[in-house]
Amino acid sequence: MDCYTANWNPLGDSAFYRKYELYSMDWDLKEELRDCLVAAAPYGGPIALLRNPWRKEKAASVRPVLDIYSASGMPLASLLWKSGPVVSLGWSAEEELLCVQEDGAVLVYGLHGDFRRHFSMGNEVLQNRVLDARVFHTEFGSGVAILTGAHRFTLSANVGDLKLRRMPEVPGLQSAPSCWTVLCQDRVAHILLAVGPDLYLLDHAACSAVTLPGLAPGVSSFLQMAVSFTYRHLALFTDTGYIWMGTASLKEKLCEFNCNIRAAPKQMVWCSRPRSKERAVVVAWERRLMVVGDASESIQFVLDEDSYLVPELDGVRIFSRSTHEFLHEVPAASEEIFKIASMAPGALLLEAQKEYEKESQKADEYLREIQELGQLTQAVQQCIEAAGHEHQPDMQKSLLRAASFGKCFLDRFPPDSFVHMCQDLRVLNAVRDYHIGIPLTYSQKYRYKQLTIQVLLDRLVLRRLYPLAIQICEYLRLPEVQGVSRILAHWACYKVQQKDVSDEDVARAINQKLGDTPGVSYSDIAARAYGCGRTELAIKLLEYEPRSGEQVPLLLKMKRSKLALSKAIESGDTDLVFTVLLHLKNELNRGDFFMTLRNQPMALSLYRQFCKHQELETLKDLYNQDDNHQELGSFHIRASYAAEERIEGRVAALQTAADAFYKAKNEFAAKATEDQMRLLRLQRRLEDELGGQFLDLSLHDTVTTLILGGHNKRAEQLARDFRIPDKRLWWLKLTALADLEDWEELEKFSKSKKSPIGYLPFVEICIKQHNKYEAKKYASRVGPEQKVKALLLVGDVAQAADVAIEHRNEAELSLVLSHCTGATDGATADKIQRARAQAQKK
Amino acid sequence: MAFPHRLDAPELPDFSMLKRLARDQLIYLLEQLPGKKDLFIEADLMSPLDRIANVSILKQHEVDKLYKVENKPVLSSNEQLCFLVRPRIKNMRYIASLVNADKVAGRTRKYKVIFSPQKFYACEMVLEEEGIYGDVSCDEWAFSLLPLDVDLLSMELPEFFRDYFLEGDQRWINTVAQALHLLSTLYGPFPNCYGIGRCAKMAYELWRKLEEEEDGETKGRRPEIGHIFLLDRDVDFVTALCSQVVYEGLVDDTFRIKCGSVDFGPEVTSSDKSLKVLLNAEDKVFHEIRNEHFSNVFGFLSQKARNLQAQYDRRRGMDIKQMKNFVSQELKGLKQEHRLLSLHIGACESIMKKKTKQDFQELIKTEHALLEGFNIRESTSYIEEHIDRQVSPIESLRLMCLLSITENGLIPKDYRSLKTQYLQSYGPEHLLTFSNLRRAGLLTEQGPGDTLTAVESKVSKLVTDKAAGKITDAFSSLAKRSNFRAISKKLNLIPRVDGEYDLKVPRDMAYVFSGAYVPLSCRIIEQVLERRSWQGLDEVVRLLNCGDFAFTDMTKEDKASSESLRLILVVFLGGCTFSEISALRFLGREKGYRFIFLTTAVTNSARLMEAMSEVKA
Repeated sequence: MDCYTANWNPLGDSAFYRKYELYSMDWDLKEELRDCLVAAAPYGGPIALLRNPWRKEKAASVRPVLDIYSASGMPLASLLWKSGPVVSLGWSAEEELLCVQEDGAVLVYGLHGDFRRHFSMGNEVLQNRVLDARVFHTEFGSGVAILTGAHRFTLSANVGDLKLRRMPEVPGLQSAPSCWTVLCQDRVAHILLAVGPDLYLLDHAACSAVTLPGLAPGVSSFLQMAVSFTYRHLALFTDTGYIWMGTASLKEKLCEFNCNIRAAPKQMVWCSRPRSKERAVVVAWERRLMVVGDASESIQFVLDEDSYLVPELDGVRIFSRSTHEFLHEVPAASEEIFKIASMAPGALLLEAQKEYEKESQKADEYLREIQELGQLTQAVQQCIEAAGHEHQPDMQKSLLRAASFGKCFLDRFPPDSFVHMCQDLRVLNAVRDYHIGIPLTYSQKYRYKQLTIQVLLDRLVLRRLYPLAIQICEYLRLPEVQGVSRILAHWACYKVQQKDVSDEDVARAINQKLGDTPGVSYSDIAARAYGCGRTELAIKLLEYEPRSGEQVPLLLKMKRSKLALSKAIESGDTDLVFTVLLHLKNELNRGDFFMTLRNQPMALSLYRQFCKHQELETLKDLYNQDDNHQELGSFHIRASYAAEERIEGRVAALQTAADAFYKAKNEFAAKATEDQMRLLRLQRRLEDELGGQFLDLSLHDTVTTLILGGHNKRAEQLARDFRIPDKRLWWLKLTALADLEDWEELEKFSKSKKSPIGYLPFVEICIKQHNKYEAKKYASRVGPEQKVKALLLVGDVAQAADVAIEHRNEAELSLVLSHCTGATDGATADKIQRARAQAQKK
Repeated sequence: MAFPHRLDAPELPDFSMLKRLARDQLIYLLEQLPGKKDLFIEADLMSPLDRIANVSILKQHEVDKLYKVENKPVLSSNEQLCFLVRPRIKNMRYIASLVNADKVAGRTRKYKVIFSPQKFYACEMVLEEEGIYGDVSCDEWAFSLLPLDVDLLSMELPEFFRDYFLEGDQRWINTVAQALHLLSTLYGPFPNCYGIGRCAKMAYELWRKLEEEEDGETKGRRPEIGHIFLLDRDVDFVTALCSQVVYEGLVDDTFRIKCGSVDFGPEVTSSDKSLKVLLNAEDKVFHEIRNEHFSNVFGFLSQKARNLQAQYDRRRGMDIKQMKNFVSQELKGLKQEHRLLSLHIGACESIMKKKTKQDFQELIKTEHALLEGFNIRESTSYIEEHIDRQVSPIESLRLMCLLSITENGLIPKDYRSLKTQYLQSYGPEHLLTFSNLRRAGLLTEQGPGDTLTAVESKVSKLVTDKAAGKITDAFSSLAKRSNFRAISKKLNLIPRVDGEYDLKVPRDMAYVFSGAYVPLSCRIIEQVLERRSWQGLDEVVRLLNCGDFAFTDMTKEDKASSESLRLILVVFLGGCTFSEISALRFLGREKGYRFIFLTTAVTNSARLMEAMSEVKA
């Protein structure tokens, strides 16, 4: 226990700082760190080193090497630098390496040294060169700020969404500032710079001189400045060896310290933990490391080697050629438990558990002591929390064991915190592993938690550590869509980039792994394959895509339109089919387009529908192409009354239609069309000669109109010309004459020859026109089968009864009977009943 | 006599949720265009919209004036115009002309197009071609299911029939699949699925795909509806072509029920105004007679009138207190009932008048003869006379189709002469109508087709499913055999009548056609439900030309309660008739099922024929 606090260093009365080793570095550095441009990503991210030949006057012929290592020193990538001189390196939040060149170009590389993209910090820089550059992180992303040779600043707050902002000029600035940094307040990035004894704050509109509250007198120059991880605090190092620490708003001084070293420090970074009141700054010189805070004494360390400081959310990482260490303030829970002679409940619980393992009764004493104070819950919580802050699994375990032991004596202690801590530590230990090399602390992880576990998984995926990522997903029981399938999809996207493997093998390997895992989009993977120029592989992969709808856009992009068309049709989504159709229409010449349609009836009918409304001519061409004479005929028929106005045009359209029908071997339609042509011409003539409206009447109506107009001769002629059947003519004349109420003519007509429709219709129509008198004339001529009906119509019930009786027809008898009303037909009704009775007797 | 439901009949799910969903979505869309706006509504959408959101709701969301989309100049002075339309090219052109006119006049307004039930790429294309794609914003109102009644959902897409069965346009199938998907998310998965017809199969497969894509949402939900049955209209044209004789069907045939309500003209209301009446289960009088054979309706209504009178009469001899009670509690109900009663009596009278005038009995007799397949010559000459007398173009056409389907096509001589007669009577443009009917298989010619089908069946045995589909397509226009006679025999569609069929106490579903014919569609559903599969119906399926398109899908999970297993959703693709609805309601009562109907639109013979007709614009 005593030795446990050996690496604890007190700063003032209230805080301890400890430094422990994360990794002994495995890298094989040929150079000293000081000869390199160094960049290390926060949250235990990777380290980039660029041997910098431009600073020294070495031969330009030697190409510099850019190396990327994990935090544990495992090499991730190494490449020859072929571009221009680099001023500064920095990692973006997405773990992309930003290399700011002297000419203002920023080259972006991936974790594995793969070139991603580049952008420029403005044309102005081309002449003036970049003197200095910083990569900074805000909650919105990663930004870049540069200082040009003309002593002007330009910054972009988010490299993902590049918007360059040129900062205003600093009046009277003749030389480069002695130091500068980016501040970020209220979502706006400012630049603070020091020129001699003066400080200037640049925002996008103005440059204002600022002063530090409570700054000790006698300062003639500022040598270093540091902003805390969260942009809340600021520290400045002056040429008098004096350090001012205050808020980043420059409104308040927190504390000051005089270290009496006048040499400019190599690096100065903040070292504080979230939600802690302690403020401390770590200052590094060549061989000396100093932790200063609100205390008269400082903590001093000797540096054996060249070291580099990486500010973290809750401490500072320090790496050198041989080791990688972490320096931080001892968290409250750990302090409570491990402080020498601590009587905190957590400390007692840990002790109790140890005694319990030794099977000593002291365990009980300790426990009682905690319980008497009613602090057992607190004790358990302390142990759990402290476990989180421990780096060594052994220590984590013993603290968790203590917590678990304490829990046994508590009713209803919510298990969540314990379970989650176990899970979190398991994951943390896994990623901290030497081979993985992501030394995340619990506080950082906690912060990640707010950004979801996804970020951590993304980082693993970025490092191509797919199996570990999947294990974590499975361990944490993440839903497949968010977890395993996403990672598999990433894996597949990586897999398709392996150019040395054949298309078949890649496709098969991907399908074997992914199968039908929900949430995996084969089309996304295929798109990636296509992006790498592997069209064939993309098509193979698309075969596995179950949703045809997803296949189509990519197929179109790959110019596999015909395949896209059949996939679209398979999907049953007509919109998709239509999209492809229009694509094809533009891509192919008309003939090929029509041929393609011809083999796809569903697409064809869809396109036809569209043409019917929008492109009539195309429709015609379509029918022509297919030799679909039947439809072509119909098309012209429709045109003859919808599109054409003049009679000549209409007849011509009909002629074309008739020709088409002949070709279609549809004699009937052809004949009918020719008849219609004749009729049209005739109607036109009738209109000219007789006046009135004839055009567009049907044949039947034309004849009727003629009769109604008294042109009986013409009507007869027309009926003959068009071979109107007798029956129709009789019906027609009958109706027309009755409408005219020309009873005389009707009677004449009825006697012209034997009626082909019988005489019942005559009776009916007379009754309809309320002419009973005329009706009776015809009733007598009605044939025997319909006689009863006719008689009933004219109201001669008695005679109807007689006829019915004579016919001995049961149906007719009932019909008559139903017409017998009350008193008047009483006798008839009796008669029928008698006849019925008689019939039944027989 | 109303058939009371069996006591153990399952409860229907509450479909009013669909209305609320649609309303909320519409309001959301309207609010997307804040401020005052004029709303242009397509005529076809007016009635459905009225059932979802009335004018005052629209006003609440700052709709200023309402216009109908029609080809007239627009007088709106509003700065914001909103169009609520079906996704049709015609509408796009209308909007384009409007926007372009504004452009010429130098006006800038905001335009928003809301497509219902969904937007089609072709429409956007037209907007682009007309050069206004950037000027309008487009949205979708996914309103595809309108509950017309407690057991009837309509998609209100009458064009589905023509688009799919005539033009071969499959765009609405996706809409159907979406609608089914919506139902399964709201009312749980369907454990048992059956279907027949090419369209049914496609819709089903699309729907399944949708479910798979959104996996997990419906999983674990208890199904509320145990069975779903999808049926293409072209499986059974016969039933849809018959004259309807149950009350609701007859009202539809006579007055046209539109979107669940009917306009009764002055001859019914016996006043000088016409009256719009909502016909659903809430109308107590209608509810009791809707499924009745017409011959019973009058008797029922007069009995009802007598009862009503008796109730009114009770007030004699009441003391003041009782009278007060009566006035405050019963009178309103009685008056309401009185009003409805007189309306329906009026409707009956009007129907009787119209039907007797046209020799309705003769017509029905001919229809029955066609269904039973005797006296074909007589029926043919009846039809001929019908055409010659220009009784009604639609009716004539219907009879011709009925003859064709029941007889497996007309004999060539009749085919030609009837067509000639028809063209002479009703005009030459019907040449196109006949071409349409032929393509849809509604009116065809007998002939060498027999050999064709033989070839077809041989070929389809040889090649794969997909190719067979194509081949069937190719053959279908040439020889779509209806095989009605054989099917009728197999399924026993013509009941053997010993003595009079008592329409007051129906024995079977045939009552909806006066006991002469059991609707084919309903019989199929009955048979499949009985067997819980298509097993043993192979021959029927083959005769229906649906060899590849009859399917069953049962999930093994046995989470469905016995209650839900007696609820059956029947989906008619291409429309269903009120007679079919009545027949299935009857079947439900007999077997203790409850049927729920989902149709692309309620249809009848006239609507089918009109969809196929070419009319001069």
